[in-house]
Formats: sequence, structure tokens, C-alpha cells
Amino acid sequence: MPEITYREAVRHALAEELERDENVVLMGEEVAQFNGAYKVSEGLLEKFGPKRIVDTPITEAGFIGTGIGASMLGIRPVMELMFWSFYSVAFDQILNNAANVRYMSGGLINCPIVIRGPANGGTNVGATHSHTPENVLANHPGVKVVVPATPADAKGLLKSAIRDNDPVFFLENTMLYGLKGEVSEDKDLLIPLGVADVKREGTDLTIVTYGRSVLHSLEAAEKLAKEEKINVEVVDLRSIRPLDIDTVLKSVAKTHRVLIVEEQKPFASVGTQLGFMIQEEAFDQLDAPIIRVTTIDAPAIYSPPVEVEQLPNVDRVYTAALQAVKS
Amino acid sequence: MVSKETPTTTITDAAKAAINAQLSADEKIELYRKMVRIRRFEERSLRAYQSKKIGGFLHLYIGQEAVAVGACSLMGEHDHVITAYRDHGHAIAVGMETGPLMAELYGKVTGCSKGKGGSMHYFAPDKNYWGGHGIVGGQIPLGTGLAYGVKYQGKKGSAMAFMGDGAVNQGAVHEAMNLAGLWDLPCVFVIENNRYSMGTSQIRSSAGPGLAERAAGYGIHWAKCLGHDVYEVRACLNDCLELARNESKPSVVEIDTYRYRGHSVADPDKTYRTRDEIDEYRKNKDPIAVFQRELSDEGVLNEDLIKEIDTAAREEAEKAATFAEESPFPTPADIQRDVYWETDHPEQRTSKGRLFFS
Repeated sequence: MPEITYREAVRHALAEELERDENVVLMGEEVAQFNGAYKVSEGLLEKFGPKRIVDTPITEAGFIGTGIGASMLGIRPVMELMFWSFYSVAFDQILNNAANVRYMSGGLINCPIVIRGPANGGTNVGATHSHTPENVLANHPGVKVVVPATPADAKGLLKSAIRDNDPVFFLENTMLYGLKGEVSEDKDLLIPLGVADVKREGTDLTIVTYGRSVLHSLEAAEKLAKEEKINVEVVDLRSIRPLDIDTVLKSVAKTHRVLIVEEQKPFASVGTQLGFMIQEEAFDQLDAPIIRVTTIDAPAIYSPPVEVEQLPNVDRVYTAALQAVKS
Repeated sequence: MVSKETPTTTITDAAKAAINAQLSADEKIELYRKMVRIRRFEERSLRAYQSKKIGGFLHLYIGQEAVAVGACSLMGEHDHVITAYRDHGHAIAVGMETGPLMAELYGKVTGCSKGKGGSMHYFAPDKNYWGGHGIVGGQIPLGTGLAYGVKYQGKKGSAMAFMGDGAVNQGAVHEAMNLAGLWDLPCVFVIENNRYSMGTSQIRSSAGPGLAERAAGYGIHWAKCLGHDVYEVRACLNDCLELARNESKPSVVEIDTYRYRGHSVADPDKTYRTRDEIDEYRKNKDPIAVFQRELSDEGVLNEDLIKEIDTAAREEAEKAATFAEESPFPTPADIQRDVYWETDHPEQRTSKGRLFFS
């Protein structure tokens, strides 16, 4: 299989689905002539033309709402947010229209839209540009929330998202765009939403994680195996809603210890939900309290060397894993 | 200080405009009948609300009937409509049946939205009617999206996006107008200016010389007309719809109208306008009375027919109420239906994992 970047994987998924279904359009700020703020859509305008690849003004509520309206008529828009941080500008449209319209209409109206773009911190852009909204988005019944950690997952999950008949929010991690990995060229390679992936098998501790934290967790796991002879299992959720809690519980039944790693502030986070579900459904399996590594609870700091410390990193995961196993 | 008096109209003798001159007597009677049916439906719903059969809000359209009826009577196969929370009139105007509409107010499972939407959230996509939206101005970007879809699919059609005068100050409305102007979308933005956004008169909420005039900033065609005359509404909107269908150009239309009731029936309507003002409008500009006089003068309506139409509308409203009364409520199991396409089509389900309630 060829090795490509996460950025290219997203682009390949877009190109293949644009090719497959003429109702698919890509719309957003700078996606066409500028080739995308993060160059995800490079070359797509040339290939598919301005009817399918559409530049918008910087008006998130207006163009996201337009995409939602078009999706009600059977168009399948993929809307790029230049940063997921700007979801707040379009939140009325995302929540009251995309998430609610099917329910309020008694099931008469579908909204097959994908909203995607880079999320998370790590690029030293301060509090307004470093949001991690997956917990806020996933709080709303009617939507799906996907957070891929590898190039292969990004491609397979995005293709599934575009073919999905419900609104899907697809959160790419800015820091992952350059990550390389092997990706199949199969045009129907679909990874179903809601299937977690055991990225590393282990027996002593389950790390439940998603997004960029998967990489930190895998690196920490290798280090723990080498230095401490601790065998860590890493479960990558891949999607927050639907949530594959069964794979998590299966792993907990094997290791009896849980560390949750999330690039998110800890209050009312995805990890909070996970911790509750694990104690609710597998309390008897636990040999130690569930612990977690999160973003340090403050708005994203700008100062570059300090932002590294604010986010989960390999050292913090390593230390917490040791604590989880030895408690 | 700018004047916020009744917008001027450019239409003279709307009855003779081509779009109206071609109407048959039966078509004129149908326009009249629809207006009467809307009013009787809403009067009946008000009684149900007062006897506590209906919960939530009830925003009545009484006084504005000529706008929805006139506008929706112009719809062709590829013309779409979306509106805000004062949506009963548009729903009846596009041809929804009053039984399921009343049942929706009662929160019954036989309601048009299965009791999940309520008064503010009526929908009928099979009639190109896309709701029924509760956030002021939030539906307007969806309207541009409908127009985008029509254009994308290469259809000769349009989307009429209705809003009240209060919505015109929302940012999303301007983003939508800008996009429609920028992309030449066949969208007709219809401002139903009933002069009050809740209890705030337009003079206290909107800067500038008027509402439709703001379209000039986007290079969009704009027009104004009086909303108590169904002929005038049709003549004015038809021009805009033709511009949308034939040239894929948007427009903004401000229609001067008036609501007799408070913002919702929970509004005692005593603090922000005078009884005289309401009476004056009702006496001189009631859309049903105006059209009744017009059609009587034309020889299309007579006393017997007027009575017959009114009686039938009252009976229909009563029948709708009986249907609503006798219908069952949704069950607790219904609460978690219609959340996802996927959970409603388990045989075609593609994703796995828990959506949390299944």
C-alpha cells in the first residue's frame, strides 16, 4: 500500500466521493482557488470545477446554513470550516438546523451533510483557534462525531461520513496533517462509523483515547514495554458518536485498569462520559480507579513551549500509565 | 429621524396585472377560501389554547393571511418555501391538511410532525414546504441553501424565504443575502413587516430608511408592497419569482402587513400599541374583508357563497379540532424515534456502535 499523509488521505477521500456521486460538493473558505487553508483540497478545483468546489466568504453561519438547506434538497455538501474553532459562529445552524430538523419534522427531512476541518491546539494560535468541540457537538442527539487519528482512518471514515444520511461532524487534527501512513487505494474502502480500533494489544492497562492522543499513547506504551515491562493496550475510539463502548469494555475485562487520554479540557468531556460508562457497565472488572490525562484546564495558552505542556504529551501519558498500573 | 410609516408601493391596479388577470373565478374563490380557512383554523386553535389543550407558544397569523396565500399561490413544481415560527398560514397556503396541523398543536402523534415539532415547526417537504423554524432569522440561510439546491440541480425554480421584520437585523440574514447576491441564487427573501418584533416596534429596532432598502447594499433587486391585498402580493412577488426562475437572481421584498393578536397568545398585547391602531387596520385593511369586497364587486362572490365558504371553514376547523382531540399522544417510545435516519432504517444501517439511546 502506498504511504501518504493524513492531509492527502482526506483529499483522496474527497476526490473519490466527488467522483462517485455528483451530488457531493465541497464548500468553504478558501477551499477552491487557494487550495484550502491547510492545502487539504489542493487540485480539487482543477479536477472538479467551480460548481463542485466552492469558495465562500468568511461567513460561517451563512454558508453552513446554506449547506444545510441544500442538503435538505438532496445535495450532499461537505463543508470545510477553516478551523473547527469557528463552529461557535455557526452554532445556531449546526445545532438548531442540522441536529434538530429531522426530529422536529417527525422524520420528514434528512440532512446528509458533513462538516469537517482542522481542530485542536498545538499550533500556538491561542484560545480562539484551538477549540476541541467534540464533547459539545456529541451532546446533541441527531449528529455523529468522528475524530480520526491516522491517514487510513481519515480516508475510510470520511468516505463513510459522506455516504451517511445523518449530519456528521468530522474533526481532523491540525497537528496530524503531515503524518504519514499506509492507505489503501480501494475506492470503496469504508470504515464504518462507531467501530473502535485496538491500535496496540496489551494485558496490563487499557488506554482509551482518540485523535492525536492515540499517537502519544502508542509512543508511551512502547516506552513502558521497554523500560518497565508493562504491556499496554491502546483503544482508539475513532468516533465519539456513535461510540463503540463494547470494544472498550472488552479491553477493560482483559486488563482491569483504565487510563483515559484526551486532548480536551476535563470538565464534562468525552472522557467524563467514558469514565461514567465504564463504571456503570464494568465496575466489577476494575482493579483500580480510572484515571485520565487531559488538556490542562484553561483556555489554550499561546506561549509555544508552554502549550506543549498544556496538551497531553508522551511524558504525561507515561507517568499516568505507571500510576494506573501501580495503584 | 427617519420615517417608519407604511412602505410605499409601486403597484397600481394590481387586479389588472397579468398574473391576476389570468385567474379564473374558481381560482379567485380558492384564494379567498384559503384565507378564510387560515383565519378560522387559527381562531379555533386559540380557543383550544385558552382551554389549555395546547401547550407552548401559539403565534397567530391573523391579519396577515393575504401574504402567505398570495405568495404560495404562485408556486410551481420547483418553487420552495421556508418560514419562521408564525407558520400556520404558510402551511395551509401550501396545501397541508388542517387535521394534522391541529393535531400537531395538541402534541398528538397524528400531527404533521408527529407531535415533535409543535406550532413553530410545521413541515411538508412533499409540498416543497421546509418549515416552520423557531430561531429568528435562522431559517434564512436554509432558504439560500434551497435556492442553491434548485440551481445546482438545474431546475427552473426558486426558494421563497419568509421572515418577520425583527429578523432583518440578524447577522445570518445578511450573510444569506450576501451569498444569494454573490452566487446569483434564485432566492426571494420575503419580509413580512407586521411592524412589531415581539413588543418592539420597528422604529425601536431597525436603523435606516427601511428594510427592503438594505438589499441595495448587496446589489439585489428589491421591492415593497402592501400586504392586505392578495392581488398586490401576487403581482409584486410574481415579478421576483420570474426573476429567480428565469435569470437566477435573488430579490428582497418587504410586505407591509399587520397582526391583530399579540406576538404569541401569551402576549397580553397592551403595552406597546393602542387598541385604536388595531381597530383602524381591522376596519380598513383586513385582508379577507378587502378581498371579499373586491370579489363581490367583480361579481365572483355573493352573499350565499361568502356564507357557504365561512361555514365550511368553521366546520373544517371544528373537524380538525375533533381529529386532534381524538388522536393519541406519542408514546414514551416515540421520544427516541426520528432522531437519526439510521435508527429509523435499521435494515440499512451502516454504522456501528452506540448512538447512546438505541
